[in-house]
Amino acid sequence: MREAMLAMLAKEPAHGYELRQRLIQALGPIGEVVNSGQIYVTLGRLEKAGFVRGVQVEQSAAPDKRVYEATPEGREHVAAWLLDASWPKVAPTEFHLKLVAAAATGLADPVALIDAQRRELLRRLREVQLLAESEPPDGDGVLILEGSALRLQADIRWLEACEQRWSARRAG
Amino acid sequence: MSGIIETAGLSRFYPGDGAPVRAVDGVDMSVAEGESVSVMGPSGCGKSTLLHLVGGLERPTAGTVTIAGQRVDGLSEAAWARLRRRSVGFVFQAFHLVDELSAVENVELPALLVGTSRRAARRRAMELLERLGVADRATHLPDRLSGGQQQRVALARALVNEPVLVLADEPTGNLDSHATGEILRLFAGLREARQTLLLVTHDPRVAASADRLLTMRDGQIVEDTRLDGGLPRQAVLAQIAGWEA
Ligand SMILES: Nc1ncnc2c1ncn2[C@@H]1O[C@H](COP(=O)(O)OP(=O)(O)OP(=O)(O)O)[C@@H](O)[C@H]1O
Ligand SMILES: [Mg+2]
Repeated sequence: MREAMLAMLAKEPAHGYELRQRLIQALGPIGEVVNSGQIYVTLGRLEKAGFVRGVQVEQSAAPDKRVYEATPEGREHVAAWLLDASWPKVAPTEFHLKLVAAAATGLADPVALIDAQRRELLRRLREVQLLAESEPPDGDGVLILEGSALRLQADIRWLEACEQRWSARRAG
Repeated sequence: MSGIIETAGLSRFYPGDGAPVRAVDGVDMSVAEGESVSVMGPSGCGKSTLLHLVGGLERPTAGTVTIAGQRVDGLSEAAWARLRRRSVGFVFQAFHLVDELSAVENVELPALLVGTSRRAARRRAMELLERLGVADRATHLPDRLSGGQQQRVALARALVNEPVLVLADEPTGNLDSHATGEILRLFAGLREARQTLLLVTHDPRVAASADRLLTMRDGQIVEDTRLDGGLPRQAVLAQIAGWEA
């Protein structure tokens, strides 16, 4: 979530509340789990890391608010995150946010990210299949390998769905 | 450098309402002997058309196809039929089995056409049906076989003459996970025998079994990437352990 927030700030500066609204919009129903406490804690950490800068803005009727913007280091960090093809457990959510961020910031082409990710996962699937072939069929290892292979297949099929959506967006 | 398949500027356009449909649009491709290559891409991007052009089932609008050093895009229908019988095995997306012949007769037909003895042809046909798990349907006519059984019979037919080049369009499209596994094992055998495989597929398992991946979009190859040799075994195992723990 941290990098997704940073990417949103790389697109345009925002205060905490706006940022939360944008996250919720990008996440759909999963956005329900994003509470504002988390947002402010994460913003604090990003600021400490030098990836965002908070600017106090005076308001006449309400208390001052803090608007956050991405620093050059922050933008660099987002670009690196977009291109990182490791596949953590929360992959679908994280990757979806990556695509949203890529399109919003223009730092990467969503369809190219999908292609690169598919390539990476097919390579892994190939290795897992080869390992499974060389394993005795009744060995315990086969089940683990089958589990990984099935996960990878599901992820690759999901990437196909992503590709359809993002190709259509790019064309339209 | 000359591979077993070479194409240059290969194109096939169909008349459409208004602008022509550029089903295959300027494909330059080179496949080395013994290599296995999968082709992926969204529905309608031109995968089947590309395979048909390479297999001589359609004529290019422009460009050239060379197979094992021989220009084939201008070959006559009869010359193509000979080439397909001996050197190029083709598995269609729609299987095109002969309705009047039983499963085993369909499989042995190409062998008989190149002069293999009846006994040897039957033995080889039964062996393939056996390996593909459909030997017990050998005497059935195609209309009494399920889609997945017909698919396996069509694959056996394509392989009966041990072609140097196998072209397969969605070879596991109608199969369950177990039957897909049988076909992947068979493909592994083909690779060991240095037969060249060009596979069009939506199935990640089949795509991942290849050495190389071509990605098509709108009639063009937009990506050509190797799948083999990238990841050391230890790294793969560490990744798996990380995920499944
Ligand atoms: N005989 C034909 N006449 C006109 N258009 C055709 C013909 N054959 C194919 N096309 C068009 O050419 C394009 C490519 O078709 P092709 O069958 O090669 O796609 P594909 O990638 O194999 O799709 P799928 O994954 O659905 O099998 C499609 O837009 C299709 O409508
Ligand atoms: Mg097709």
